[in-house]
Amino acid sequence: MKIKYTKEHEWVSVDQDIAIIGITHYAQQQLGDIVFFEAPETGTNIKKGNEVGVVESVKAASEIYAPISGEIIEVNKELDLEPSLINTDPEKKGWMFKIKITDESEISRLMDEESYSAFVEASS
Amino acid sequence: MIPFAGYQLPVHFPLGVLGEHKHTRNKTGLFDVSHMGQLLVKGKGAVKTLEKLVCSDIKNLREGQVKYTVLTNETGGIIDDLMISKINDAFFLVVNAACKTLYEPLLQLKMEGDVSIKSIKNNALIALQGPHAQTVLGRLSTRISDMGFMTIINVTIAETPCIISRTGYTGEDGYEISASHNSLEKIAKTILDEDEVEFCGLGARDSLRLEAGLCLYGKDIDRTTTPIEANLAWVIGDRRIKDKTFPGAQKIIQQMKDGPKKKRVGIIPMGRTIPREGTKITDAHNTVIGEVTSGGFGPSLNGPLAMGYVVSDFAKLGTQVGLIIRGKELKAKVVDLPFVPHKYFKRSKNED
Repeated sequence: MKIKYTKEHEWVSVDQDIAIIGITHYAQQQLGDIVFFEAPETGTNIKKGNEVGVVESVKAASEIYAPISGEIIEVNKELDLEPSLINTDPEKKGWMFKIKITDESEISRLMDEESYSAFVEASS
Repeated sequence: MIPFAGYQLPVHFPLGVLGEHKHTRNKTGLFDVSHMGQLLVKGKGAVKTLEKLVCSDIKNLREGQVKYTVLTNETGGIIDDLMISKINDAFFLVVNAACKTLYEPLLQLKMEGDVSIKSIKNNALIALQGPHAQTVLGRLSTRISDMGFMTIINVTIAETPCIISRTGYTGEDGYEISASHNSLEKIAKTILDEDEVEFCGLGARDSLRLEAGLCLYGKDIDRTTTPIEANLAWVIGDRRIKDKTFPGAQKIIQQMKDGPKKKRVGIIPMGRTIPREGTKITDAHNTVIGEVTSGGFGPSLNGPLAMGYVVSDFAKLGTQVGLIIRGKELKAKVVDLPFVPHKYFKRSKNED
């Protein structure tokens, strides 16, 4: 299992052909109190860069873009009842959805932890 | 921190918007609202001068009474909303930060007889809001407990002369305290040390007032909306409807008779998606019938809510409307305001 990151502040945890996706600690801090996650429908085929969901915080709505292409195979139902999990545990219990990976080469183009940390530092 | 009318204001403190909001409803929140303008208008001509600007009955304002009112223009639009209190035979005005420079020139222009206008720039303003506000402030002064809602008194706290009103912008019981900057900072710190109190920012102030159905100037009311359209007809004094001497009286009174073309309403969407300011409101045939002026998440309501204007035919409670959010239509309905019941302090008889 390896964890990759995007410039949109998402994390992508890859285990064989399944990727779990959520937003980073930095992202949740920027968004403030999260009150709703509009999840994608399972079974949807998405392309990298497509809008797959929306995070609503008390401040604003932010679109979530697919970091990789594939099929949405599961969404985190816990977030319906407790969207604040994205604030309190963004990189574990606050995961958003799972994708069955169709193009593995997209994974290698994502940032590793070190590059992401540098990216956050540079943009903050 | 965000820029607001020339001030840097904190959106939230460590508790966060949700926490601060709930804390205010359950216990008590302290808000620094020193950006608001404070003015004293006095003199023999003060009543006449003020009545040339606002549509409320200022003449019959009792000593110690506070009134919410609006400043209107010749076309009936709202230039600002404000609180006017009568204290020590003078009129104490608390006005919006973005509008405070308008008052002195306007008052000068409309001046009738002997009037002195003083902008109290040296005073700060804090608001203590929530069910425990009386208990907390009561520890500093015993005189505040039996104040009625919408009343104002002079009180000395910690050797500091303060002007305290039982008013607020959250729908809760509470007080607003005006005193000189340095002294009020000390009082604020004393209040913050109390267990029941948390410091709250602009974010919670906005979600609290929205749930309480209260207007935010520049969003829900402005120069293009009249008090009738804004559902604020109650601020217009009966005496003033007869004398018709406030700006825009003709149009406003006509609207009272004929009904306005658009009305401010409360809207609750189905589901959890949040309608934000600017969201288009549609009818069953996808025709745009209005726009959201304030929208957000109501922490006490535990769901999304909005205020906006719709064509009057659609203003009836329970009317089904649509909200266009990110290209999709979200079903919603028109509801009564406030969204969360007001809990203002009531004695045997409520003040008007």
